[in-house]
Amino acid sequence: MPEQDPRVRVGNFSEVTTGYTPEMAMAEAQRCLQCKKPLCRKGCPVEIDIPGFISQIVEGDLDQAYKVLRDTNSLPAVCGRVCPQETQCEGSCILGKKGEPVAIGRLERFVADTFMAKDACEEITGAQACHLERDDLKVACIGGGPSSLTVAGYLSALGIKVHVFEALHEVGGVLVYGIPEFRLPKAIVRREIDAMRALGVEFHTNWVGGKTVTVDDLKAQGFNAIFIGVGAGLPKFLRVPGENLIGVFSANEYLTRVNLGRAYEFPKSDTPAYTGKNVVVFGAGNVAMDAARTAMRLGADKVSIAYRRTENEMPARLEELHHAKDEGLELLCLHAPIEFKGDEKGWLKSIVLQKMQLGEPDESGRCSPVACDGQFCEIPCDMAVIAVGTGSNPLIGQTTPGLELNKWGYIVVNEETGETSIPNVYAGGDIVTGAATVISAMGAGRRAAKEIAKRLLG
Amino acid sequence: MPSKIVRKRSLIPGQTSELVLDAPQIAAKAKPGNFVILRVCENGERIPLTIADTDKQAGTITIVYLVLGKTTAHLETLKEGDEIVDLCGPLGKDTDIHKMSGPVICVGGGTGIAAMHHIAKGHHMAGNHVVAVIGARSKDLLLFHDELSKFADEVLVSTNDGSFGVQGMVTDLLKERLESDPTVSEVVAVGPVPMMEAVARVTKPFGVKTTVSLNSIMVDGIGMCGACRVSVGGKTKFACVDGPEFDGQEVDFKELGSRLQAFKTMEQLSYEEFKKSHVCTCSNK
Ligand SMILES: Cc1cc2nc3c(=O)[nH]c(=O)nc-3n(C[C@H](O)[C@H](O)[C@H](O)COP(=O)(O)OP(=O)(O)OC[C@H]3O[C@@H](n4cnc5c(N)ncnc54)[C@H](O)[C@@H]3O)c2cc1C
Ligand SMILES: Cc1cc2nc3c(=O)[nH]c(=O)nc-3n(C[C@H](O)[C@H](O)[C@H](O)COP(=O)(O)OP(=O)(O)OC[C@H]3O[C@@H](n4cnc5c(N)ncnc54)[C@H](O)[C@@H]3O)c2cc1C
Ligand code: SF4
Ligand code: SF4
Ligand code: FES
Repeated sequence: MPEQDPRVRVGNFSEVTTGYTPEMAMAEAQRCLQCKKPLCRKGCPVEIDIPGFISQIVEGDLDQAYKVLRDTNSLPAVCGRVCPQETQCEGSCILGKKGEPVAIGRLERFVADTFMAKDACEEITGAQACHLERDDLKVACIGGGPSSLTVAGYLSALGIKVHVFEALHEVGGVLVYGIPEFRLPKAIVRREIDAMRALGVEFHTNWVGGKTVTVDDLKAQGFNAIFIGVGAGLPKFLRVPGENLIGVFSANEYLTRVNLGRAYEFPKSDTPAYTGKNVVVFGAGNVAMDAARTAMRLGADKVSIAYRRTENEMPARLEELHHAKDEGLELLCLHAPIEFKGDEKGWLKSIVLQKMQLGEPDESGRCSPVACDGQFCEIPCDMAVIAVGTGSNPLIGQTTPGLELNKWGYIVVNEETGETSIPNVYAGGDIVTGAATVISAMGAGRRAAKEIAKRLLG
Repeated sequence: MPSKIVRKRSLIPGQTSELVLDAPQIAAKAKPGNFVILRVCENGERIPLTIADTDKQAGTITIVYLVLGKTTAHLETLKEGDEIVDLCGPLGKDTDIHKMSGPVICVGGGTGIAAMHHIAKGHHMAGNHVVAVIGARSKDLLLFHDELSKFADEVLVSTNDGSFGVQGMVTDLLKERLESDPTVSEVVAVGPVPMMEAVARVTKPFGVKTTVSLNSIMVDGIGMCGACRVSVGGKTKFACVDGPEFDGQEVDFKELGSRLQAFKTMEQLSYEEFKKSHVCTCSNK
């Protein structure tokens, strides 16, 4: 897929990949074998009819292709960009056994982008006007990330009134505050949200579930069902000395400042983001890659990823790792943090790392890192970003009596319906599973929405 | 949700003002100790401000701010009837307020007096004997004296120049009081970091429970980013969800003070630009 030259793109926040041309999409679509028993479909958490939408591309009917996508996926333009396709749909495609799998994600993005260039309401509802709402039924979603948006998209298409309550000043969850502009332009998320607004979904920003409004309040206001999709979002730190020095940030803080606060436009935007010259990012998932590539774009001289294992074990999407390396990211594999050191005023100056080696595979199947005794190094570092995962945010649990949580603080749900221990209160996404993927959060939203629709509409 | 400025009152001209904001949902829920996060305009920064008072009937909350940088300076340019684009709350844990045997001393310094006022009011409503101890550099800079006098059982005032009350610091008054009154149940302090640190130092030998309200830098205010982290009793806590009130004897004030400097150079740049242009950088006209 065409992309901006790495030397150019490290200086901007525009999207890295520029998408297929119609000719390229056609050529790629024609490679699909239209399998009778498509393996790819099993790899997609929302079971998109993959051969179905691809055959419509070959037919040249992109509107129909989009409808096939929308049948099971409320945010195709997003998923085509951010799904870890290599372990999902494309990882299962039969063509991948011998050669290159069909580029399903890129085709999905092509269809969605082409389609979204048109009028939102008409797009989704077909030629008809927007739905008449069932004003006797209303559903609330707490949190405005992909899981809630899926619930909203699904139910509003059936005419049920949905209200989304989001704590931040923008809707979209990680899609707007976490994943950077150069990977997922915010305009795309906004368009998908506008399309839902056109279907009658009402978005309420600056509403904190458990604070401004509780689950009990919503029940009292007559909501027939409530979906909790508040994400995980409590950053984990490394628990090593010096972690509160100035210059040490959680990835959530750094990315929120830059994405939600548009700090890349500072001082045109008021939110500042600090950028050091020698930046070290801890972690090796998508979040770490996003933080590292953001730091490069904000002018760091050198950005490294410090990871306890090796490149082979890195959990980030393959494409992101490749892009990051092309942009000049350095990998400090087999290094674990020991201490952050600062000056007398509390500013970070260096970090001490311990060398590691790979040992036996652990229960996750990955080789576990083992410390090499006595082998330390100290490297200069004036900004560190910690991207080693998140825990469950306790706010909703603390303020919702009767809501069952597991020992890590995640919400317990019925696997089939998504219902929590409180009748007609559902949950899904990262707050149930722990940090996962956009599409799995959407899968959970879809499951809950189906159950809600079944109970409300029969 | 956007929020309209219902009333504006200048407390110290050009420096500190009080705004009454239309926010029925927040007013309905707000308790002493809570704060809001607001953005003045599109492209604006999210900043936390304490809820200094609420009027549940009218559906309003009161905030009091000190003009320090770009965002508060911009807020100062707004008039009654204007709207701020985002107001989110109530955030933070409620102050632990219950009936106590002895008096509660509420210490406030600078703009912190306004924030302290809400806590003091809560203690008064719970039937506690409230001693308000407030201080400022001089008489013209003293806030909320009249408001506190309406309900507090005692109001003790100090000014650095002696233009009102006794000459000296709030900690002098506090120390005297603790020495003469062994029945004090709790001391609450809200104000600049050095003041809260000094209060904790004064109360330590008396072993009286000391609560301070921390003002660390915040971004989301819902526990998602860790910007607000503070060390309390050797553990990392998030001021927005675990606080903002903590045991004053346990707080690492030095770390808090240094972390508040993190964005200083950038904040100055932003403020300078604002003063030059004196127009909002909102992208949406
Ligand atoms: C930087 C980053 C990069 C990522 N990259 C990828 C990727 O490339 N591919 C991929 O598949 N996945 C990726 N992920 C993971 C993916 O984004 C998440 O798994 C997914 O967004 C989870 O969706 P969700 O709906 O559960 O929650 P979230 O997206 O976390 O949304 C939750 C929303 O709820 C709001 N909220 C929280 N508490 C409250 C409350 N009390 N009241 C009201 N609202 C509240 C939050 O502000 C937020 O907007 C990434 C995550 C991050 C952080
Ligand atoms: C829980 C809480 C309650 C507060 N209550 C009040 C109040 O009632 N009245 C009042 O005047 N002030 C209050 N503050 C402080 C207030 O938030 C800052 O003064 C304000 O953010 C300054 O913004 P600025 O753009 O005008 O100045 P800037 O130039 O941006 O900053 C000036 C100084 O304010 C602090 N600051 C900057 N950004 C933030 C931020 N996002 N969050 C917190 N502090 C920041 C820093 O120490 C900085 O050096 C409170 C802070 C907290 C955390
Ligand atoms: S939603 Fe994700 S997993 Fe499913 S087909 Fe699209 S890119 Fe693949
Ligand atoms: S498995 Fe591959 S070739 Fe077969 S239908 Fe799916 S995308 Fe096409
Ligand atoms: S302000 Fe982000 S966690 Fe407290």
